Amino acid sequence: MNEHRLMKPQRAVGIVGYGSYIPMYRLPGAEVARVWSGGGGGPVREKAVAGLDEDTVTISIEAARNALARAGIEPQALRAIWVGSESPPYAVKPASTLVAEALGATPYLLAADFEFACKAGTEALQTALGLVGAGMGDYALAIGADTAQGRPGDELEYTAASGGSAFVVGPAEESLATLVASISYVTDTPDFWRRAYQHYPSHGGRFTGEPAYFHHTQAAATALMEELDAKAEDFDHAIFHQPNVKFPMRAAKRLGFTTRQVEVGLLSNAIGNTYAGASITGLSAVLDVAAPGARILLVSFGSGAGSDAFVWEVTEEIVNRRDRAPKVADYIRRRVEIDYALYTRYRGKLKGV
Amino acid sequence: MRDVAIIGIGQTPVEEHWSTSIRHLMLEAGVSALRDANIENVDAVYVGNMLSGEVTGQSHLGALAVDFMGLNAEAFKVEAACASGAAALRVGYLAVASGLLDLVLALGVEKMTDTSGRETTAVLAAAADAEYEVSQGISFVALNALLMQRYMHEFGWKREDFANFAVTAHANGANNPNAMFQSPITPEAYARAPIIASPVGLLDASPVCDGAAAVVLAPAEYARTLNPAPVKIRASAVGMAPLAIHDRRDPLSLEAAKISSRKAYKQAGVDTGDIDFFELHDAFTIMAALGLEASGFAERGKGVQLALDGEITLQGRVPIATMGGLKARGHPVGATGLYQIVEAVLQLRGLAGANQIPHARLGMAQNIGGSGATIITHILEAF
Amino acid sequence: MEPRVVNDWRLRNQRYRLEGEICDHCGGLIFPPRDICPECKQPAKTVQPLSGRGQVYTFSTVYSAPEGFEAYAPYTVALIRLEEGPMVTAQLTDVTPGEVEIGMPVEMVTRRLRTYGEEGPIVYGYKFRPRLGPSAD
Repeated sequence: MNEHRLMKPQRAVGIVGYGSYIPMYRLPGAEVARVWSGGGGGPVREKAVAGLDEDTVTISIEAARNALARAGIEPQALRAIWVGSESPPYAVKPASTLVAEALGATPYLLAADFEFACKAGTEALQTALGLVGAGMGDYALAIGADTAQGRPGDELEYTAASGGSAFVVGPAEESLATLVASISYVTDTPDFWRRAYQHYPSHGGRFTGEPAYFHHTQAAATALMEELDAKAEDFDHAIFHQPNVKFPMRAAKRLGFTTRQVEVGLLSNAIGNTYAGASITGLSAVLDVAAPGARILLVSFGSGAGSDAFVWEVTEEIVNRRDRAPKVADYIRRRVEIDYALYTRYRGKLKGV
Repeated sequence: MRDVAIIGIGQTPVEEHWSTSIRHLMLEAGVSALRDANIENVDAVYVGNMLSGEVTGQSHLGALAVDFMGLNAEAFKVEAACASGAAALRVGYLAVASGLLDLVLALGVEKMTDTSGRETTAVLAAAADAEYEVSQGISFVALNALLMQRYMHEFGWKREDFANFAVTAHANGANNPNAMFQSPITPEAYARAPIIASPVGLLDASPVCDGAAAVVLAPAEYARTLNPAPVKIRASAVGMAPLAIHDRRDPLSLEAAKISSRKAYKQAGVDTGDIDFFELHDAFTIMAALGLEASGFAERGKGVQLALDGEITLQGRVPIATMGGLKARGHPVGATGLYQIVEAVLQLRGLAGANQIPHARLGMAQNIGGSGATIITHILEAF
Repeated sequence: MEPRVVNDWRLRNQRYRLEGEICDHCGGLIFPPRDICPECKQPAKTVQPLSGRGQVYTFSTVYSAPEGFEAYAPYTVALIRLEEGPMVTAQLTDVTPGEVEIGMPVEMVTRRLRTYGEEGPIVYGYKFRPRLGPSAD
């Protein structure tokens, strides 16, 4: 029995600034179905696709600039920048140093890349909370971003998308949302993986459901709610990892949440699964509209596998800061539909080019 | 200070000289000029060239030239991007005018076809700002396209209005046995040409090619005794402007051309009305228009009007590209400036054949480096 | 083409952050930085990043791209008049050629400029896109 599983730093911390970036191209599920299934739809209406000149680094930079704009701090005040992604442009050379340089945050800071499939961003977030909570720095930046790829013809092609969000973590007294507590839950569960030097991932089909996504999501959320003596109705918003629409809706229902509590933070139908950016971009969308005093549950999931669960409380500061940068809805609204052919060009799926 | 004359000229045809190396191109043009001048040795050889190092792997062209031509002369390369030819002439002019040297061979050479089209385009871009223009994916064509687009926007011109710059050049090139293109083109062909970088089409741009041209310089006072048909250099002037277009106060004004043409008119004691023909730098049709304006032949934005009104033909008020210009005779970049001079001398000697400007007495040549950072103007007069 | 690792690295502050200079003598903003003020010819070495907001002065769509940029063709290049005064040469992004107009307000974003093949480094730098701005609501 793990008695000290609840995580709460000694120093009160929270989110001082947040921001997102979603590329403008959209590939409808119907297009993928047209090419591979002779028609029909997919698990999401459409997904966001990175353009030729975009990658995890460029997505991270814009999300981070938005977060800094909302935080209103000098980049040099950041003591760490961590990028979580499974699709960084370099296998060796951290995306984080590029982001740090682009923001003007160098040179006195930590910078490294995190990998934990779709929860790499919340791993970075947990670590940022820890660094600031321990007093090793006043501000840390955690980013989750991806330009995820699905093997052509595989069901993941309908949903693997591009996007990301960034969070400046700082002292609670400066936050627009404070951390109440968090719990992290991980096991060795091989639901989805990619071997080194392989271009596309592999997955365990239905094994990715109950033993992976649902088990970890529910375990982390349940444990946190138990520790805090909280019930579903105590929350204004609940955000879950969103590889499609069905999974987060089912997870929410099982934990007692209503559709209304979940709908603001559920973006997958419009942008697909942005992997390390997924649940946290849902959080960003919620912060874009949440009222001061709102209570938010955020539960990520990363294959391999694990979940990070957080409870946040929105402060009065939110109204002063959220208009300082584009909102998730602004990026979702910025939309150019492409067909499957252009998609294969943009995502480098053509051999010999 | 003394007057300088051109006493001999030489040129190779402009074409894709697959079988001729850069050293042999230099040899051919240089020996031809010396023979035309009826002399066997010079005091110096200045070689105008832009790309020899990158394309052929051969720098140190001055040493190579005198070595191969068997001359007992000092020699080195002079570089100012596409104005290298005129720059070599300028250095020769300074040497003879100053009294320090008596006989100089100014030689321009370029060998562009030893690399693939893509590589040639890439090295040509070195004429622009490598750090802030080229690195952005801007080719040389794109730089000119940016100017043409703005010009069209500011003054209300359409693409088709530029046709006559190309049509006139090709009409003249048809009568030049040394020209790369010797067939006329129509305005329809111009309008139909594929777009390389909007709005610049294939027929707005001069071709990739090889060639060498050379002139022999001597003090004017000796010229009459040395050769029956010398030509006097009445003016030699250089103007400079910021390297990158984005650093210029008015991108549509070729300030360097303004400066150098004004200096040249002053030095020669003439004005635009006295010029019988203008070998301008029509690397792109927009450059022809801007060159005419900056040199005082048309007001800002009205250069295209001269073309539309037929004033740039051999019969017009300002004949340009009389032997085909950069567009039809060709633009072997480092050599071009000297092709302009050689052609001007032919005009002034009365040897331009079907393209002869009647009673040509005063001719102007203007060579532009890059997008206009170095512009060199010469005014020549028949003796 | 051989990677220009050192050259690209030297230019990173200009490419990532539009870092220019301000002339202490006449207050003019300079980009790209050149250490001597082009206006008053005095030394100008104080670093000053520019906002990235500007307008399209002219543009051209490149169909035949130079070496290293073939994978991105066709793309649109432009001269952008930055709101602080300097003009910069850059690609436009997130916009189709037909949508570009002289005078269009744009903002700087950091994007991939090019790579040096499959193994070489990735060069990031500034491009400009139609202005999104803060909350469009």
